[in-house]
Amino acid sequence: MIYDALIAPFTEFEFMRRALAAVIALSLGGAPIGVFLMLRRMSLVGDAMAHAILPGAAIGFLLSGLNLFAMTTGGLIAGFTVAILAGLVTRTTGLKEDASLATFYLTSLALGVTIVSIKGTNIDLLHVLFGNILAMDDQTLLVVAFNATISMLVLAVIFRPLVVESVDPLFLRTVSRAGAPAHLAFLALVVINLVNGFQALGTLLAVGLMILPAGIARFWSHDITGMISIAVVSAILSGYAGLVLSFQTRVPSGPAIILVAAVLYIASVLFGSGGLVRQLFPGRHLEA
Amino acid sequence: MSVQVKFRDVTLGYDRHPAVHHLSGEVAPGALLAVIGPNGAGKSTLFRGLVGILKPLAGSIELGGLDVRDIAYLPQSAEIDRSFPISVFDFVGTGLWRVTGFFGGIGKGARERIAQALAAVGLTGFENRNIGTLSGGQMQRLLFARVLLQDARLIVLDEPFNAIDAKTSADLMALVEHWHAEGRTVLAALHDMDLVRAHFPQTLMLAREPVAWGETAEVLTAENLKEARRMCEAFDEGAAACAADATRSRAA
Repeated sequence: MIYDALIAPFTEFEFMRRALAAVIALSLGGAPIGVFLMLRRMSLVGDAMAHAILPGAAIGFLLSGLNLFAMTTGGLIAGFTVAILAGLVTRTTGLKEDASLATFYLTSLALGVTIVSIKGTNIDLLHVLFGNILAMDDQTLLVVAFNATISMLVLAVIFRPLVVESVDPLFLRTVSRAGAPAHLAFLALVVINLVNGFQALGTLLAVGLMILPAGIARFWSHDITGMISIAVVSAILSGYAGLVLSFQTRVPSGPAIILVAAVLYIASVLFGSGGLVRQLFPGRHLEA
Repeated sequence: MSVQVKFRDVTLGYDRHPAVHHLSGEVAPGALLAVIGPNGAGKSTLFRGLVGILKPLAGSIELGGLDVRDIAYLPQSAEIDRSFPISVFDFVGTGLWRVTGFFGGIGKGARERIAQALAAVGLTGFENRNIGTLSGGQMQRLLFARVLLQDARLIVLDEPFNAIDAKTSADLMALVEHWHAEGRTVLAALHDMDLVRAHFPQTLMLAREPVAWGETAEVLTAENLKEARRMCEAFDEGAAACAADATRSRAA
């Protein structure tokens, strides 16, 4: 009975196995990035970037049809352009990152919508908007796994400057020139993981598998290594449970995954350390 | 090398408005120099120029062959995100950046140095606490420990004893004297004149332009202090281009 519900879908159907593999790859690549987005107070930046990518993907789609390679490339170009331009404006002028990013992503979005309206075939674009993790072919799965691998490797390379830049940017500037490149590389990783996610979850929900696990992790750990581990595990758990839910109930897979993550998040808000239940029943204060 | 820092007619400022105006002078290696002056006198600006965060509007600063990244700099209001989950040990460890860089491991020797630095500032036992749990004074001790680990020839401290209690300032001042004894060059911006008289052989009094620079006893006179206050006029939005530069370029 339990076997039928939880395991059989994956042993019986290849598309479920592919979906599970994809969601594990996405979790490994995206969740650590989400933790840094949260700690750098850039959670909504991830959301803005997701919008910035959309027109690039749409252009790719208009130029060469429902070709994932073209759409990924288009998304990467749009995302990188917005990330790098916004980063440069922030670093060379006094404008805050959120303001410059908002300007660039809105411009990008308007441009994309204009281009789409010229041709106007929106049906297949639904696929881009909301994704379809159950329609992964080999090629797509390999691209997702490749991007996740690149993401983990690059994060390992920039981990130390990224942490120091997050804690004490002025100090990093006085001892090293790595700050700006590390920051740009980080923005690039955000874009790669978003593009990676939109094949499975769609442009609008891709950021969910990065941010929600990070929010969950914050309630269970007080050091960054622990947070990253918990974020990855809860992302994989959400992915798995979401796929099962989707399989059993016909809820679309992308929203199902994010909804499971949201349930975990609510549970963490209630029962995590520093969560609401602990605040209501804090226990007696200590001697020292 | 007989000069550690040489200011060559340096002007530093923001949006073309000078905050430090035509400063020239030299700091000898091993000097312990107090930089004093009213708020807005340009002390922090001078330090920001010194460590390379701010490019001079005119003139230059020479560092006696030192790379700017080899200066240990403690800014006045550090932009530290204290909610970031990093332990005291890891935070202090970043002081070894010039040794470890991106990937260098924190080996046994480095661990010992970090432990010694924490002991020197009285933070032994705090290694695994997150920096967000420290008090203001403990945070300042932590920043001194990081400066200690940077092992720099030139140390620049911007108002290091602001909002710090007497015990902590005394402990940290002892560390500064220790650095002086080791032959390091230390520049510190300060407001406590008694502290300057007691511990700093040399003083630069700044009020956008240098008022006096030399032996502390000769600099810290009532007339100089009054003069400094008078010269430190407000930022003038409609100020004309600097006349001194104009005459100089005409002469050239």
